[in-house]
Amino acid sequence: MTYRIVHYTNQFFAGLGGEEKADLRPLVRPGAVGPALGLEQALGGEAVVVATVICGDNYMAENLASATEDVLALIREHNPDAVTAGPAFNAGRYGTACGAVLEKAAAVLKVPVVSGMYHENPGVELYGRNVVLVETGDSARGMKDALAKMAEVTRKLLRKEPLGPAKESGLLPRGIRRNVLHEKSGAERAVEMLLARLRGEPFATEYPMPTFRRISPAPPVADLRKATIALVSSGGVVPKGNPDRIRVSSAESYGAYDISALEDLTPDIYESIHGGYDRIWANVDPDVVIPLDGMRALEREGVYGKLHPVLYTTTGTGTSVAHAERFGREIGAALREAGVDAVILTST
Amino acid sequence: MRLELHEVVIRRIEWGDRTGAWNGVLTVNREEAAAEVAKDERFASVRLDLAHPGEKVRIIPVKDVVEPRVKLARSGEPLGYFPGFFAPAGTAGKGLTLVLRGAAVVTCGPIVAFQEGFIDMSGPGAAYTPFSETANLVLTVEPDPRLTKHAYEEALRLAGLRLAVYLATAARNVTPDAISVYEKGNVTDEAIRLPDLPRVLHICMAITQGLLHDTFVHGGDMKASLPVLLHPNEVLDGAVVSGNCVSACDKNTTWHHQNDPVVRALYRRHGEDLNFLGVVVTPEDVRLAGKERAASMNAALAESLGATGVIITEEGYGNPDTDLCLNAKQMERRGIRTVIIADEAAGTDGASQGLADSTPEIAAFVSTGNVNEMIEVPAMERVLGYPEAIALLSGGAPESLRSDGSMFVELQSVIGSTCELGAGRWGCAEF
Repeated sequence: MTYRIVHYTNQFFAGLGGEEKADLRPLVRPGAVGPALGLEQALGGEAVVVATVICGDNYMAENLASATEDVLALIREHNPDAVTAGPAFNAGRYGTACGAVLEKAAAVLKVPVVSGMYHENPGVELYGRNVVLVETGDSARGMKDALAKMAEVTRKLLRKEPLGPAKESGLLPRGIRRNVLHEKSGAERAVEMLLARLRGEPFATEYPMPTFRRISPAPPVADLRKATIALVSSGGVVPKGNPDRIRVSSAESYGAYDISALEDLTPDIYESIHGGYDRIWANVDPDVVIPLDGMRALEREGVYGKLHPVLYTTTGTGTSVAHAERFGREIGAALREAGVDAVILTST
Repeated sequence: MRLELHEVVIRRIEWGDRTGAWNGVLTVNREEAAAEVAKDERFASVRLDLAHPGEKVRIIPVKDVVEPRVKLARSGEPLGYFPGFFAPAGTAGKGLTLVLRGAAVVTCGPIVAFQEGFIDMSGPGAAYTPFSETANLVLTVEPDPRLTKHAYEEALRLAGLRLAVYLATAARNVTPDAISVYEKGNVTDEAIRLPDLPRVLHICMAITQGLLHDTFVHGGDMKASLPVLLHPNEVLDGAVVSGNCVSACDKNTTWHHQNDPVVRALYRRHGEDLNFLGVVVTPEDVRLAGKERAASMNAALAESLGATGVIITEEGYGNPDTDLCLNAKQMERRGIRTVIIADEAAGTDGASQGLADSTPEIAAFVSTGNVNEMIEVPAMERVLGYPEAIALLSGGAPESLRSDGSMFVELQSVIGSTCELGAGRWGCAEF
């Protein structure tokens, strides 16, 4: 079967004009226009470009949401098996347009989408997660090479073949880590990498260090005696039976439990389900992880205002940073909404 | 120091009247071997089973894996093994050791909350663990109900070691198939002999968080220890023993220490491309002060040995990521080049940051895989141990075990799957 492709390009690459035509509204031409001609050729008859949708870069930039919808409507009429765009090289407006159109097309039409960009194109940062992007040079001098790579990737996706690691497939990484089998063991790779470093030879780290977002601490509590304090924990202490089925490790959820009527976390009502530490002592007395008994005593003494009635809890072992960040954002928003002034965060 | 490993290759284990080895077959007298384990009166029941490569067998939950070995005097007299446990102090690293290569003792049983892993002897899960390729004697024990969990951990740890020594001792008169010699002079002499080669140290981080997360060196508990320098031969000869009940993918089993792949890889190049100084086993303390102390001591030790490069291997993930960063930072700041071997916890979708801590000094990182990646493993014909344990394993969940016996689990529940000593070939790439 011959696959059907719809291609998106801008006024310039469609040959309709330069900056003076950048206000052009979305329109469609039958068959391959501009770069789509080379793409079709590189696909070697396995797929045809049934239509090319064209829009001016400025019109797109100024009306991104509505123009994307209009372009998608034009694409949809041609029932494509895949949608391609660009390549945009280092053109920012064009890259953003290609990314926006393809992200929408992938979400709505559920078909493979492919474009090509230079790694510094803002479209990469904006849409690189959801759009397959071939790595290109920074200018149209690299057109032939970019189209050949786009054709190769599009062909694989149409055939439902795996793409392989980004670097090997000529793709811009999408920030997705997947397990692969190397030729050599980790120990051998490490010794080779170390020798390369010591000899001043080039080497490639297998995991560039992530940069963490730093959160500046909130100001100190002005008057503790009037403060509402909440208990939040990653120590895996939950109501007995783990009603919300929070995982023992690699948690993807947290629980919120009413503790307003409780004075003490006793083993008949609370337990630790945490998979990362020896929980014998926590299950003898869950207060060693979440100190409710101590907090109640201090509350009675008037050391602080009052204890927040809701306990937030999850397990913090093997929990991915992405989930942990989400838990933090959601719990933080809920606590702020409830007028909580401070949190005691216990971990294990 | 000179160590000779006299390797007897074992391809199968069979039950028989007499325990011993012949023609690649390790014969085990099942009752006698069980009685050896039962010398420790802390077990309510002891059961031995066999599992071989290619069989449709699942072993769960696995605590430790031990290679059967015994130290022999030149006269052939057995001297036990694992100094501090079943051999006198000072016996690791030199002389003659009989190794039953290809055989393994696998310990299994209901540990505290099952923070353990599984082994599939065939199918897709087998590709992730070295223990699908060994002929395994599987020891499943149930503790005396009066035993505290901590005493039970010790009993099972010792039982695995004891059984491994028993097997090798029984095979002590067998002619070895191969003799591997590990020999290296002292640090000073080697530095004079090899003046132009880079001097490399292996920093072996070990889980020492207590509460069933322990590592033992020469029988001593590393949680109470400062970083310790070992001759590589000591590491390859039973000086390091695992006492860990923790996430299965990246805990170093005793077998991994006995066959430390970093030590072996550095040894292979010693005198050719580099001068291998030794191994520092360093604790992963739970307290920040302890982490800072260990990292600064490791860097000072590396500096005083004249190391120009180090390979730092992590054990575990999460909390020890901080030890990893501090170690790398301290080394790099002293101009000592580092390479890290560690795994990633990038989430089931692979889209999350893979470490719980990060430092720009880590410029060379060998990744042994994403522990969270999901794998599908089919039902097996035989399950040794307790299949329902998967619900409580790190990487498992109550819904992991399906009614047909198949499982959908995170890779981290497979023992040794992302070994941070770099034993395997799995890694992680950006998609």
